[in-house]
Amino acid sequence: MTQTEDAPMVDRPAPATSAGSPVLLEGLVRTFGKVRALDGLTLSIEPGEFMALLGPSGCGKTTALRVLAGFERPDAGRVVVDGVDLSRVSAQKRDMGMVFQSYSLFPNMDALDNVAFGLRMRGQPTATRRAKAAELLEMVGLADQAEKYPHQMSGGQQQRVALARALAIEPRVLLLDEPLSALDALVRAELRDQIRALQQRLSITTVFVTHDQEEVLSMADRICVMSKGRIEQVASPAEIYARPSTAFVAQFVGISSRVPAEVRAGEVTVFGEGRPVRGAAPSAGAVDALLRPEDVALSPDPNGVGQVVRQSFLGATTRLVVAVGESMLRVDVRSDAVGDFPVGTRVTPRVVARDVLVAPHDTAVAFVDDL
Amino acid sequence: MDIVEGTTPAPDAPSSGAGVVAPEPRRRARWRRVAPGAAVAPFLLYATLGIGIPTLGVLYYAFHGNNGGWTTANVAAVVHGIYLVGFENSIKLALLTSIIPGIFGVFVAYAIHTSRSQWLRRMTATASGVLANFGGVNLTFMFVATLGSTGVLTLWLAAVHIHLASLGFQLYTFSGVAVVYMYFQVPLMVLVITPALVGLRPSWREAAENMGASSWRYWRHVGVPVLMPSVLGGMLLLFGSAFAAYATAQSLTTGIIALSPIQIGNFINGNVFSNDQNIGYAIAFGMLVILAAVMILYNYVQKRASRWLH
Amino acid sequence: MAPLDAPSSGLDLLATESAPVPTFSTGRTGRRIRWWRGVVLVLTAAYFLIPIYAGLRFSFQGVNGQFSFSTLSELPKAQGFTAALWLSTRLAIATVIVAVVLMVPTTVYVHLRLPRLRRMMDIITVLPIVIPPIVLIAGVLAVAPLWLKATPYLLSLMYVILAMPFIYRSLDAGLLAIDLRTLSEASRSLGGRWYSTLIRVVLPNIRPAIISAAVLTLAMVFGEYTMASLDLWTTVPVWIVQFNGAANGHIQIAAAMAGLVVTWVVLTVIVSLDRSQRRRARG
Repeated sequence: MTQTEDAPMVDRPAPATSAGSPVLLEGLVRTFGKVRALDGLTLSIEPGEFMALLGPSGCGKTTALRVLAGFERPDAGRVVVDGVDLSRVSAQKRDMGMVFQSYSLFPNMDALDNVAFGLRMRGQPTATRRAKAAELLEMVGLADQAEKYPHQMSGGQQQRVALARALAIEPRVLLLDEPLSALDALVRAELRDQIRALQQRLSITTVFVTHDQEEVLSMADRICVMSKGRIEQVASPAEIYARPSTAFVAQFVGISSRVPAEVRAGEVTVFGEGRPVRGAAPSAGAVDALLRPEDVALSPDPNGVGQVVRQSFLGATTRLVVAVGESMLRVDVRSDAVGDFPVGTRVTPRVVARDVLVAPHDTAVAFVDDL
Repeated sequence: MDIVEGTTPAPDAPSSGAGVVAPEPRRRARWRRVAPGAAVAPFLLYATLGIGIPTLGVLYYAFHGNNGGWTTANVAAVVHGIYLVGFENSIKLALLTSIIPGIFGVFVAYAIHTSRSQWLRRMTATASGVLANFGGVNLTFMFVATLGSTGVLTLWLAAVHIHLASLGFQLYTFSGVAVVYMYFQVPLMVLVITPALVGLRPSWREAAENMGASSWRYWRHVGVPVLMPSVLGGMLLLFGSAFAAYATAQSLTTGIIALSPIQIGNFINGNVFSNDQNIGYAIAFGMLVILAAVMILYNYVQKRASRWLH
Repeated sequence: MAPLDAPSSGLDLLATESAPVPTFSTGRTGRRIRWWRGVVLVLTAAYFLIPIYAGLRFSFQGVNGQFSFSTLSELPKAQGFTAALWLSTRLAIATVIVAVVLMVPTTVYVHLRLPRLRRMMDIITVLPIVIPPIVLIAGVLAVAPLWLKATPYLLSLMYVILAMPFIYRSLDAGLLAIDLRTLSEASRSLGGRWYSTLIRVVLPNIRPAIISAAVLTLAMVFGEYTMASLDLWTTVPVWIVQFNGAANGHIQIAAAMAGLVVTWVVLTVIVSLDRSQRRRARG
């Protein structure tokens, strides 16, 4: 069952729905046994914004979402939506639509009944809710699957029905808990675009949890990178990528190479040149500079400190692995210029970024070759 | 198991060795065709002799009179009189000890399943597996110790002025047999329904809650409908188990109550003398018909259950 | 739907124990359920433990009502008991041997080479559950030749049939758990012939499953009453019913409780064996 056989999402005027509600998570703390899943999390989300919570497993992003939904009670802190404190309100009454990772459609109901379920709980008469459900199924391009049961649908179709179901109740906030993780790559890519398009058209405040940075860079208005129950950085995708504010973000989002360097008086010396330090940094001493592949330029130089060790063709760019001392530096060059850098060439690297992020010197860093 | 482990000779093998190799492949090819059948033949033969022939024997004698001729008189006799009572009682007993323990078993299984104690779950899993196998003679005598005329529970109840005998309860009757059957029917139901409960995904409940459903509405719209095929399947299993049982009822009542298996037993061990000695087989035939029907229903219901609860 | 006289009801289910339960957060509703659940569990525990207590009490009660081992010590001396025990033992051993020799190669072979026949195996091994022992023995006694009926080992042969469902289920689960196909292909690619593959690779890996199946069979044979009583052989369960000795049936109850205790021990051992095999296969 290929996704391309289904109707694409129809471009229709959006049904009249509330413009997004602002969401505030304030000082959330949640401990499970000895583990602090949330450690004083405070996050403010604009109305109609698509906010992604990104982080490795165990960072607390799912817990934060579940606290927002009402499935978990925080030990401390509050949840405020539209100015109303929802901390004591049960999940049932919070008026949020949630899409789960998988298998959340009720197996004993067909697609239409699944989508209409929320409306049924709100006491809407049969004809009205079935009509509304049909409308939503059409919006997600599955009008012809209305009578199918979940076990008769593919994973991608199920998630679209789940999305329709969540939207049917015209929620104030749309919550998505890794909805694409269980799907295969092709389906994931398509659904990504469709979810984003729908969300923008309806202007629903959306919180999207994932560990996949590729998803998040293309979909979100803002990304909240989390680690160990705390926020590392909240910013637009462009800023998160280009100007990570902590070592964790730099290494979790995109690729960073670590190169030993020295800091003195707010400046870090890398490859013999000084650059301002981004964000907080030790005032002096040995550090690792975190450099993106596009932060560095290479010039062939028979006396250069670096040597090209490997080339990986990525399409428009080619990623070169350059050995500099004991570090491995990853540098992207345009593929049509790669002839200047055959394997074995000695090069001089130069930092072309405005400022450089540093992290404490880590002698035990393992070089993970993910090319 | 591939018989041809060696290499087949190359068509252009050097003449010095070719002649020697030639006959082998033919013999091996024949053996290879026979081998798979040969491997399962003992099992099939055994099953035929152990299941097929006796069953055919029952069917044969059910439809043959004492003089050897074909007749439906046996079967006709069996749907009347005491034998019909036997079927009715057996069905009543099976219904009673499948529906009540069935429902109770679901609640017990749910209580266990929602417990946070890992220990409790594991212990009850083992306990159910064991208790479901307390059957037959051993169970009978354990209950004699409990509810017999000098049984421990009988005496305890008498001490608080509840006299079972005067209330009409006797262990060695229909109701006694039913009480004994409950003892392993409940654990059997727990065993059967627990996988279904495990298959009830938490995300359904959360999705329902998220959509505004209360606990009650979740059960009404999602939980119960999804579990129903499994519950019915479990009850059918219990029904078949109770209907076909012999040892417990026989050892408890020494063959004096009218149940179909008991009646068959009476024919076999000669406690009953009848002009038509083959009536016992006709009763057996009736039991097979009923059990076949139960099996078909069970199959249908299981398909439903597995579709929803994969 | 195993009839209870072949005390294998649920044994086949036991052989394929359900997966570990995921921790299920019940949220706020959990509090409401908790007291109700406690009541149910306590009542259930009482219902199941009282008869066990009653049986044990009878077993350990002397003539004057005091705690004593007299009943248990009289048991072996009771007339016919040792003979019955010996008969049951012989039958059990014979059954296990025949069953293992018959079922293990067949199941392994079907699993490896004839996967299409698995469906047929499933159906055949379910038949002894649909056709109750009472009906089977009626048929057997009608058609069996005299020389077969003269030996108690006719019972053994029939017990193999009764044991088929859970033996097959147990072996099948064990084979699935070890990914037989990969192992045997690995063995063959390294040069092993089929019999050495069977002996050196397959059997050692399904040993826990075979042991489980064998022990379950033993338990079944020691508890089987229907066929033995109608075939007129005095095995232990038949002896218990027919014995007309001490007052209040203490001896019979003691023998029955002994049987139940052994069943409990045996099944608990099997479940933990099964769990450790599952853990090994996963890790």
